[in-house]
Amino acid sequence: MTFMKETKLPDPSAWDMQVTVEDLTPLLRQRRWGQGSSRTRKQNVVAFVFLLPWLAGLLIFTVGPMLASLYYSFTSYDLLSAPQWVGLDNYVRMFTQDGRYLTALKVTFIYVFVSVPLKLAFSLLLAVLLSKGLRAVGLYRAVYYVPSLLGGSVAIAILWRQIFGIDGIVNKGLGLLGVNGLDSWISSPNTAMLTLVLLAVWQFGSPMLIFIAGLKQIPSELNDSAQVDGAGWLRRFFQITLPLLTPLIFFNLILQVIGSFQVFTSALIVTNGGPADATLFYTLYLYQQGFGNYQMGYAAAMAWVLMVIVMVFTALIFFTSRYWVFYQDGRN
Amino acid sequence: MREEAVEMVRVPRSLAIDIFPVNWWSRLLTHVILVVGALLMIYPALWMLSASFKPSDEIFTDPGLWPHTFTLENYVNGWNALDTSFGTFFLNSFIVCVLVVIGNVLSCSLAAYAFARLQFTLRRILFAIMLATIMLPGSILIVPQYILFKNLGWLNTFLPLTVPKFLDTDAFFICLLVQFIRTVPTELDDSARIDGCGPFQLYWRIIMPLALPALATTAIFSFLTTWGDFFGQLIYLNDQSVYTVAVALRTFVDSTGTSDYGAVFAMGVLSLIPILAIFLIFQRLLIEGIATTGLKG
Repeated sequence: MTFMKETKLPDPSAWDMQVTVEDLTPLLRQRRWGQGSSRTRKQNVVAFVFLLPWLAGLLIFTVGPMLASLYYSFTSYDLLSAPQWVGLDNYVRMFTQDGRYLTALKVTFIYVFVSVPLKLAFSLLLAVLLSKGLRAVGLYRAVYYVPSLLGGSVAIAILWRQIFGIDGIVNKGLGLLGVNGLDSWISSPNTAMLTLVLLAVWQFGSPMLIFIAGLKQIPSELNDSAQVDGAGWLRRFFQITLPLLTPLIFFNLILQVIGSFQVFTSALIVTNGGPADATLFYTLYLYQQGFGNYQMGYAAAMAWVLMVIVMVFTALIFFTSRYWVFYQDGRN
Repeated sequence: MREEAVEMVRVPRSLAIDIFPVNWWSRLLTHVILVVGALLMIYPALWMLSASFKPSDEIFTDPGLWPHTFTLENYVNGWNALDTSFGTFFLNSFIVCVLVVIGNVLSCSLAAYAFARLQFTLRRILFAIMLATIMLPGSILIVPQYILFKNLGWLNTFLPLTVPKFLDTDAFFICLLVQFIRTVPTELDDSARIDGCGPFQLYWRIIMPLALPALATTAIFSFLTTWGDFFGQLIYLNDQSVYTVAVALRTFVDSTGTSDYGAVFAMGVLSLIPILAIFLIFQRLLIEGIATTGLKG
């Protein structure tokens, strides 16, 4: 299995993403398919056949549903009778009349802002410790990754519900240390969020693996020469390792933010949004409105707002990246 | 005299740090931190395993890992706790996963071949669109897709979970495969073309066999994410006979409440075995897959 080594590190900005003017010139010149040489036409036909499943899927399962969802978001639709056009009502209701929606928005933001930085900090810390060339690194790496492998499952969510319950092992363990009489962590509004943040942070394995791969790419001469120059451990970390890792921090940050905004399984199983909506995450509320109350129009509007929020955050990270992401080839 | 000798064998500072004693202690300390951390991390999972072998009353009294009374009762009770046996749920999960794996491997490799090897009009724009769909938050599609599948009469079948995968809806794997196919030398294509291979034979006979490692990564991650998926299975499967393990577990824990955690844990442990088995067998491929692409972020 050699290919992974040849594959470059994920550097999203290096992806083939830029669309240049040249790509658009065929369109601008209004060249029609038939007007190209017969060779171009043949190439297009062949490529079209290969891309047919993807194009069909794009239209049927992505673009079509997105447009449909936009339409539904302006309607009232209970799945039984035809959708009724209500204009901007759903959006207005969301922000002016639906207190639970605003709560959902608030707790989701808290969750994202607390769990993502913690998760990245832990994954970075462990990646640095595991990149010191110790013995048994493979074993540690596997053990630290296992929670990420299992953590998103229903089984682990059920486990969480038990261990943070009133008779759960957390309280039992604290009892052994002399801390007794604690309430269930899940049924108290103050600590319910904490248990879900812990569940998220517990799964720091994937970003950790990405950081480990990044640390391997840092040329050891840099650290060595800094060490000879008398730079201490902390200084080397903040002035060499961290700047060189910023492309990966950027990458992990985007992945984690997009993922965290859509957290669902843990909220449904562990707390079911409670107590008193303290963990009513956005996607969970969307699910309750859409599939509990059959307010499909409202749910569609909620999904579009979430999409805009996630896009704004992704764009923010992208635009600020020029100030804090450091590329070795000096691209910024 | 003695001082002089010491002076002469003094090694450069950086080298000295690498030998001992500072480094030895720091290594030991790192190991201690890592072992304690690892135990804390893995403890909940191990405890669930042990709890699945404990009698129900012991689960709530004993935070320890070793069952005082060892019993298989939880597994027997859990297996048949719902109207349909867990055997069916496991079979359902496997059917869905295998179909998703086949769908992703076939459809994504077709598109990846086109993006990596073929020249065509609008290639870069289509590629950009493909990348954009990867970033698209999945929740935007839930409502309209549900309505679509409901109108097609596909609720309570595996079709909503599998058919889209045959049409490249997991575009991430296209990207993964494109990156890999680009590393395959084009000389092979050229010589095969001289031997009379058309684009389809090239894809099937040259690229597919050579792309096996990337296809394996695609297959493994397709299986893992599908096995772990919950939302899709929850909204499309409402009839117990088509439940997958994830949905069945949720129903199980909701129906028993906190009364029979042992049996719930037993089924939970079973539900995690396929994931752990794949992790153990394909550990290297999996870890490299995540490290280089951010899969399962």
